Amino acid sequence: MSAQPRLVEVRKNVLKQNDVIARALREHFRTAGVLVVSLVSSPGSGKTAFLEKTMTLLHSRHKVAALVGDLATENDATRLARSQAPVRQIITGTVCHLEAAMVQNALAGWDLNQLEFLFIENVGNLVCPSSYDLGEELRFVLLSVTEGEDKPLKYPTIFNSADVAIITKSDLAAAVEFDEAAARRNIQAVRPGMKVFKLSSKTGEGMAEYLEFLESGRVHSQTAAAVGG
Amino acid sequence: MHELSIAISIVEMAQEEAESRGGVQVQAVHLRLGLLSGVVKEALLSSYEMACHATPLEGSQLFIEEVPIEVFCPKCEGPRSVSSIQWLCCPECGTPTPAVLHGKELEVVALEIDAMEPRTLETEE
Repeated sequence: MSAQPRLVEVRKNVLKQNDVIARALREHFRTAGVLVVSLVSSPGSGKTAFLEKTMTLLHSRHKVAALVGDLATENDATRLARSQAPVRQIITGTVCHLEAAMVQNALAGWDLNQLEFLFIENVGNLVCPSSYDLGEELRFVLLSVTEGEDKPLKYPTIFNSADVAIITKSDLAAAVEFDEAAARRNIQAVRPGMKVFKLSSKTGEGMAEYLEFLESGRVHSQTAAAVGG
Repeated sequence: MHELSIAISIVEMAQEEAESRGGVQVQAVHLRLGLLSGVVKEALLSSYEMACHATPLEGSQLFIEEVPIEVFCPKCEGPRSVSSIQWLCCPECGTPTPAVLHGKELEVVALEIDAMEPRTLETEE
């Protein structure tokens, strides 16, 4: 009765379920005219400080909101709420990354049409978040000057999956003898053509240029949405 | 370490596929895994065994075909294989390029199923 097992073709993306939700979210974000930016980095590279500064500066002239992911605690949401913008914490438990469904659930009850910018802070992790599309328009990868210039070479996948690199804590660059040229070279090696900003959330250095990019990005994405119907 | 949740998705996907074919027994799953997928082969293999535990797929095998990174070179106007994940440029002319054609794959391509199941053809589509 024994026979050779038969091979049947399947061809299915393992993350299809996530990708389907992410695509629907992206569609929804574009229709609502909200620019969605996700942030990925290693723990401690300054994501929350960067987001706090960004939201505080944007809040006076735009409607902004944020979702922040962490394994535990609501500390980041509490901290970001100081910017006066709506913030929700996503507690992932033991999960090391955000998934599109978590974003979808966390948005429940929010009217996206009322928003201009939505930031999604991923769990501090340079490995796992790279595989999961969250429906964001732009993915920022943060690299602090204290981490070492070779981070992009050590974690090429996440740098490759991002659209923009932000070098944070520029106020500490001299103290740690940060080699900016090497960092930029390494970023370009793993993701040629990537836009890079260097800034300090603490002193505000470099923030103006980055905010200008963000605001023009919103105009572009709105134009694209209008043209695309 | 997200390989376990990926492994669970693979097992669930194979199980659904097996059920849609009349509850056939899955002997093995064939997966294509890109070098830029963010998933580590060894970690996925050991997670797969755990994910299969106490499911109809217990004892089944996971075969992984690694997919190298291929980019589109704007200068040569063609697909080119990249030799290093840390240097996305054309191996022939050296032009850096962000256009990744292959290497992000994470897909189940085939299942090895019990050949004794007679209903499979009729249940397709």
